[in-house]
Amino acid sequence: MTSPLQQKIKITGPSVITANRTWDGIVIWRTAAKGWTTELSDAAIVRTADEARALLAESVADDVGAIGAYIAPVDLKDSDKITPGNLREHIRSAGVTIDLPVSA
Amino acid sequence: MPLVKGGKIATDVFVHVADDAEIPGDGGILISAGRFLGDAEALSGRAGKTGVIWPNNRDIDDLVPWLDRLAFVALVFPSFRDGRAYSQARVLRERHGYRGELRATGQVLRDQFVFMLRAGFDAFQVNKEADAEAFAATVKRYSVFYQPTGDGRITALHRRMQLRHSESAGP
Amino acid sequence: MYAYDELDRTIINERVEEFRDQVKRRLSGELSEDEFKMLRLQNGVYLQLHAYMFRVAIPYGTLSSEQLRRLAHVARKYDRGYGHFTTRQNIQFNWIKLAELPDALADLADVGIHAMQTSGNNTRNVTSDQWAGVAPGEIEDPRIWSELLRQYTTLHPEFSFLPRKFKFAITASDHDRAAIKVHDIGLRLYKNAAGETGFEVLVGGGLGRTPFIGKTIKPFVHGHDLLSYVEAILRVYNQYGRRDNIYKARIKILVHELGIEKFAREVEEEWLQMRDSALAIDDAVIEDIRSRFSYPAYEKLPHMPDELKKAAHDPHFEAWRKNATFPHKVPGYAIAVLSLKPVGGPPGDATADQMDAIADLADKYSFGEIRVGHEQNLALPHVARRDLPALWKALDKIGAATPNVNLVTDIIACPGLDYCSLANARSIPIAQELTRRFANHDTANLIGRLHINISGCINACGHHHVGHIGILGVEKNGEEFYQITIGGRADEKAEVGTLIGPAVPYGDVADVIEDIVEAYLALRARPDELFVDAVKRLGVEPFRERVYATR
Repeated sequence: MTSPLQQKIKITGPSVITANRTWDGIVIWRTAAKGWTTELSDAAIVRTADEARALLAESVADDVGAIGAYIAPVDLKDSDKITPGNLREHIRSAGVTIDLPVSA
Repeated sequence: MPLVKGGKIATDVFVHVADDAEIPGDGGILISAGRFLGDAEALSGRAGKTGVIWPNNRDIDDLVPWLDRLAFVALVFPSFRDGRAYSQARVLRERHGYRGELRATGQVLRDQFVFMLRAGFDAFQVNKEADAEAFAATVKRYSVFYQPTGDGRITALHRRMQLRHSESAGP
Repeated sequence: MYAYDELDRTIINERVEEFRDQVKRRLSGELSEDEFKMLRLQNGVYLQLHAYMFRVAIPYGTLSSEQLRRLAHVARKYDRGYGHFTTRQNIQFNWIKLAELPDALADLADVGIHAMQTSGNNTRNVTSDQWAGVAPGEIEDPRIWSELLRQYTTLHPEFSFLPRKFKFAITASDHDRAAIKVHDIGLRLYKNAAGETGFEVLVGGGLGRTPFIGKTIKPFVHGHDLLSYVEAILRVYNQYGRRDNIYKARIKILVHELGIEKFAREVEEEWLQMRDSALAIDDAVIEDIRSRFSYPAYEKLPHMPDELKKAAHDPHFEAWRKNATFPHKVPGYAIAVLSLKPVGGPPGDATADQMDAIADLADKYSFGEIRVGHEQNLALPHVARRDLPALWKALDKIGAATPNVNLVTDIIACPGLDYCSLANARSIPIAQELTRRFANHDTANLIGRLHINISGCINACGHHHVGHIGILGVEKNGEEFYQITIGGRADEKAEVGTLIGPAVPYGDVADVIEDIVEAYLALRARPDELFVDAVKRLGVEPFRERVYATR
């Protein structure tokens, strides 16, 4: 298995680091304060490969708190609102695109 | 890395000798399969005892002629995910009747101890100190086994048959 | 039903306690994720997009009402009130917390259910014909052998770290409902000329990136030799299966690279050295397992009871009876299939309330027994025909009486990009749209038997290769696209479907499928020429033309 840190890092625009929380598995994002958040709006934004690499390294180092950390694209079209950069990330942050069989 | 033998943490008296290093005249040594087979006659006849590290992608049958002259065989788990050495261990024990020490080396973790024991390993070069210390408790986790292997533990199928017989033989 | 004894229960409980300790060590940081991943996978725990997913085994597809109620309880207490039945007789929960998993497993263990080896590179849940023991013409109940294999493969000390996952399927009927030809080992039970029970053994079938139809490695293996022969196959695979490339690690690639003859020789050589070992099974052992399967005390009942005659006037009931009930080996009884494919619903999902209701109906009408099939539907295997009208009414109330079994809306689909971290595209919304397009039952009946299978990625959990129509989600420049294959099938005439042309975008899939179905309706030789037979006769060209003429 290749560690995410050994993979070549290439980003094409603003990005965040996302992962799942170890104890319950829910989706989290890395913050600028070296922690994790369940709100995408609180995520740290990186804009260069070096920034992404550094934030990813710090995220992966928290093996107890989070699993599967990786770089995910975001959109910043409305200057201060972060939205997911692709369908997969949209689904991770907003949930499934279908009605659940039972109402939550 | 601690060695567990006979269920306890033990001192490893064997010296690992690299392929390009000189072999000492006496004392226990551990050498690679390639080096051993290159000069098996002389190496198995030396004064000190010899153990061989056998890689998991080489046919274990090649070692069979020398088994009774070896101090131990070390099989390798390059990663705990790579299970080839379990097959080698069972073939050595169950087909070739090897009764000497069978040592698990490489990435040897607590959560594989029971499988390794059942496959025939009786010595464990354990990666983590804590795992070595937990050996005795870990191997007691399971009390029922479905498969027959050479370790002699009775299988669930046969226990059931025994239970039936003892029931039907009762008063 | 198979009744677990004290020994089976002990193993399951010991496994739960071991996993409890492993989770504790993971949460304390004693185990890294790298070390823990294989351990959690061996207990059915994946990490998906939103959360951990928990896959529970339903060996050979047989459940008791008590077990189904316990699955409902797990859905309610530890998850979000529903579960998803898969194509391999498992159920998945999508939102489970790692910290609570040991408790969920312990609750399941109370009723003899486990999640051992529902993922990971080991021998997976042994699947079988969901109508085992009740199908007319069956040679014998294949679940006896499935259970023997279940025990043999559970926590196998030699084969828990294989190159890749390994799946068994068994059938004992001429018509294969267990898809044995697309399994790593497929077993067809039959009696040889001497009247001995044994198996045709197939090896190297599988779907995924490189689909293969399994090949016969040995035309007859005596039942007594089943375990030693299987062990020989597994040992050859464990030693020589590729470990350098995850996409080439399944046994199908080894069989393909060596050729079936050479592979068979390796296995034979290995087997001859151990066929008389402790793995040889004697009749007493087989009888012991057989004795722990209980069968209902069927009554002598009429084939055409008054209840059924009366209900025949209700066209809705008749539509369901004709579509979803099947002949039973005992006169006066029927197998009732419960469609989990309502129009607009996610294929294979059932809510906790539905599970409880179905468990109650099983108690009332099916000797407390439920079956799970690879088509992601349930079945009540022993329903007295006189009870069918009452059962239908009750099923209709809980949305499990859609009369679309084996029809175009009985879609097999993986969870796709809505849940799965491997997926490239969504599966469920495609299935939902298709069920709406073909919602008219008369149209669906006119079309006849047609299996649509959808996978959200090349791993093929939706078995798209063997769908009469297969739909595979791919990603192109960040957009969802779908490749369409036709002519696949998973039964005794198993075949991999043929791609009809370039992938089409998400919004076009339902239109394309409609085009294909219309082309079939126009081209079929007779109304009873099935879609898949028409494709076999005509090839893909007429369908390709129809689909791409205007695209």
